[in-house]
Amino acid sequence: MNFPILSAIIFIPLIGAIFILTVQGKHKNIEKNSKYVAIFSSLVNFLLSLFLWFSFDKTISAFQFIETKNWIDGFINYRLGVDGISILFIILTTFISLLSIFSAILSVKSKIKEFLIAILVLETFMIGVFCSLDLVLFYLFFEGGLIPMFLIIGIWGGERRVYSAFKFFLFTLLGSVFMLVAIISIYWITGTTDVTELLNLKIPKEYQYLLWLAFFSSFAVKMPMWPFHTWLPDAHVEAPTAGSVILAAVLLKMAGYGFIRFSLGLFPVASDYFTPLVFALSVIAIIYTSLVALMQNDMKKLIAYSSVAHMGFVTIGIFSITKQGLEGSIIQMISHGLISAALFLCVGVLYDRLNTRMISSYGGVANIMPKYAFILMIFTLGALGLPGTSGFVGEFLILVGVFQKNIIVAVLASLGIILAATYMLSLYRRVIFGPIINLEVKEMSDLKNMEIYIFISLVFLTLFFGFYPDPLLSTLDISIDNLVKNYQLNLNYHLIINK
Amino acid sequence: MQTALYILPEIFLSLSLMTLLLVGVFVDKSYKLINLLVILTMFFTIALIINQPDQTVKIFNNSYIIDNLSIYMKILTLLFCSFILIISQDYIKINNINKIEYPIIILASTLGMILMISSYDLIIFYLGLELNSLCLYILASFKKYDERSTEAGLKYFVLSALASGILLYGCSLIYGFTGSTNFEIISSSLDKSNMGGVFGIVFIMVGLAFKISAVPFHMWTPDVYEGSPTSVTSFFALIPKIAALCVFIRFMYVPFINAINHWQTIIVFLSIASMILGAVAAIGQSNIKRLMAYSSIGHMGYALAGIATGTNSGVQSSIIYLSIYLVMSLGAFGCIFMFKRENIFYEDINELSGMSKNHPKLALSFLIILFSLAGIPPLAGFFAKFYIFVSVIETKMYALAIIGLITTVLSAFYYLRIIKVIYFDKPKKSFDEIYDWGLKITLAISTIFILIFFISPSSLTNLILKIIVY
Repeated sequence: MNFPILSAIIFIPLIGAIFILTVQGKHKNIEKNSKYVAIFSSLVNFLLSLFLWFSFDKTISAFQFIETKNWIDGFINYRLGVDGISILFIILTTFISLLSIFSAILSVKSKIKEFLIAILVLETFMIGVFCSLDLVLFYLFFEGGLIPMFLIIGIWGGERRVYSAFKFFLFTLLGSVFMLVAIISIYWITGTTDVTELLNLKIPKEYQYLLWLAFFSSFAVKMPMWPFHTWLPDAHVEAPTAGSVILAAVLLKMAGYGFIRFSLGLFPVASDYFTPLVFALSVIAIIYTSLVALMQNDMKKLIAYSSVAHMGFVTIGIFSITKQGLEGSIIQMISHGLISAALFLCVGVLYDRLNTRMISSYGGVANIMPKYAFILMIFTLGALGLPGTSGFVGEFLILVGVFQKNIIVAVLASLGIILAATYMLSLYRRVIFGPIINLEVKEMSDLKNMEIYIFISLVFLTLFFGFYPDPLLSTLDISIDNLVKNYQLNLNYHLIINK
Repeated sequence: MQTALYILPEIFLSLSLMTLLLVGVFVDKSYKLINLLVILTMFFTIALIINQPDQTVKIFNNSYIIDNLSIYMKILTLLFCSFILIISQDYIKINNINKIEYPIIILASTLGMILMISSYDLIIFYLGLELNSLCLYILASFKKYDERSTEAGLKYFVLSALASGILLYGCSLIYGFTGSTNFEIISSSLDKSNMGGVFGIVFIMVGLAFKISAVPFHMWTPDVYEGSPTSVTSFFALIPKIAALCVFIRFMYVPFINAINHWQTIIVFLSIASMILGAVAAIGQSNIKRLMAYSSIGHMGYALAGIATGTNSGVQSSIIYLSIYLVMSLGAFGCIFMFKRENIFYEDINELSGMSKNHPKLALSFLIILFSLAGIPPLAGFFAKFYIFVSVIETKMYALAIIGLITTVLSAFYYLRIIKVIYFDKPKKSFDEIYDWGLKITLAISTIFILIFFISPSSLTNLILKIIVY
């Protein structure tokens, strides 16, 4: 396989962005052309990533489609590759980027050209995160995404956009700089930043704790875990719909991916040691943020808090370090990617029509927008993890995994599912049912065709993976097996050394 | 004769300096001509320097050295000096400081800096330093009818003369305790036990720290940067730093290398203090020149961190840092030269409000430069910091690395604030159209360099890896 397909997937959006940047001509033509270019490049990228999935060999656990090039002489290589875990995230990213470009074209009114450039650049960085097999390269992509996201929130955001954009940027940057120190330290300890080599090397135990904490500080902010989550509701609320969609569906998943790939893979001893900490923070996140979500008047804020709770499940699943738990958390991440994207799009639909996100402004929408009510219901049920939706598969597997490790955590986490039902259903009731109080609601029009297509694709995937998660599971299977096995081997190795 | 060949660039510079002075005196209104000739002289000198033999040579009784470090630094000095002259033409014309002395003095100060860079003896070093400093005093007060400019010149003169005095005192101490002014002899006779020599080292470091405006010897920087004409500010922000940093490296790694335990702590302190002050003090600034002053203080802090490591790779990382810093600052000042409405140049950040609407290209390149100054990947500024931290962590100075990274986050705040003004705020009246192609092209080059540096960082670093200091 000589064609550098991963590089192509990473850089096609960037090329699209450069293309849009250099488009000249009349204002109207520029807008039209940049829309076409954006759709075209992200569509090509999506199809390429699907092709990648089909030609991916599910029976081996090693990294595939590896590309290695000299980058910084004798120090860092430009090294890409995917395994069963990252390939799913790549497809999620290309899919969500495509959707958010459609949604941006529908709802962004000003500076559409710049918006599309920002999204395409962001897509490049996001895919790069999931492909890179070198720590420095990973860091580069991981941080680079801050720039376009900062601009998306700041330029197209709501009233308090400046505050939210700054908070988002500085929080994540502060979290990440410790990771940079850790990455450089790893280089000096082991002599390499190549992930495939590092996974086989055994980093000495005494270094692992601090290194783990440094990586944790970055991922915990990005995830976000309680108590580092405060930037998320602000960022979500102020970001434009397409921005929220990408933020919830992909950016948060980078942290989960980082936990699986790096925290577990490189620092097994420390991961084992800090598992109680992660469990405690996650359980607090699940219960506390669910309660906070119950009290929200702003729809986006409610969904943002529910995201924190869902990510709590993910971290629990990851650190249960069982096959079921890990598979569950990856499926949970993907299903949250689909469902939260859909929910933010649903809020965006209402916001486009009435220019408010307050729950109290709505009520009785079902009478006016029946199609919308139906679609929102599916996603509401998906978010609370009803069997038959992809949300259920993830949460169920996570709980199965955690029960093997720690029953108390599992029981407490299960409470989260009940709470999720409470806040999601009450949101649904207050917005959709009841009498029409606000007269403006009567003026609203139901979904446009374009919106319906976007939602149908999401509904289809949510239900499809809910009933038949096998395509995901079979892709993950070998890689996760390998990961858990390696983890145990590594842990035992260090235990024996200690004795 | 061989010796004369080695200092051909210096001889050429001095001769053309005098010739140009004569031309300037005898030809009427010859600013434009002189300016052009100075730029050409610089490029020609660069060509001469590049053609020098690729080996380390010491001439004039080992008092003048030509090695990879000095060649690289001289090229940087001349190159960026000519870029500064190119981008500031418009500004100089509008502000009516287009006198023939201006380019000539800049050329003279460049000559001083080149002497400093190559000096291998305290006396030569001091000669170069003074030639350079005297020119800088005049430059700072070049807009002589402007109160702020004269104030800046006077302030700089008083403080810098004090610093030079302290430095000279340090030199005399060193001479007294080692019996020589030659760097190599000093190096062999200066060690830990020589307390008098250590005093000398400290005094010399104070003088040098003043020149690169490291905290706590930075007080002049914001005032002088703000008061001087912007064309001079851009010169101050870039060119003297090259020579000062080079001399810093030379001093620490040749004559003072045996006293590394003594100076290492001092440099770590200078570095940390500069990084913190550069990050914190800039937050409240609304004048963009003052902000650039604090930002340059912070950046010098990072460059010093590389020197503090005491390793070859540390020095190389700090030279990489310097090189990238120069490109970024050049770009930033290129943008500042474009902020003018009806022939008045604006320095207040709030005047940039909503610039992205009327000037999308200018706004975009300023955005890229600012993110790069903040050190966000994948821009060049990130790599500059990355190399520094790699070498700092190699020597296990974790505290320095962590403080450096936290100040990166703090300083990101004020760069973001400018971006916020440019992109998020309501637009004001648009700026004048720029017809100066030199300025536009320079800005484009630096922006593109910053943007595509990540594709092949090695092409720059491999050049610098040739520089071995000890």
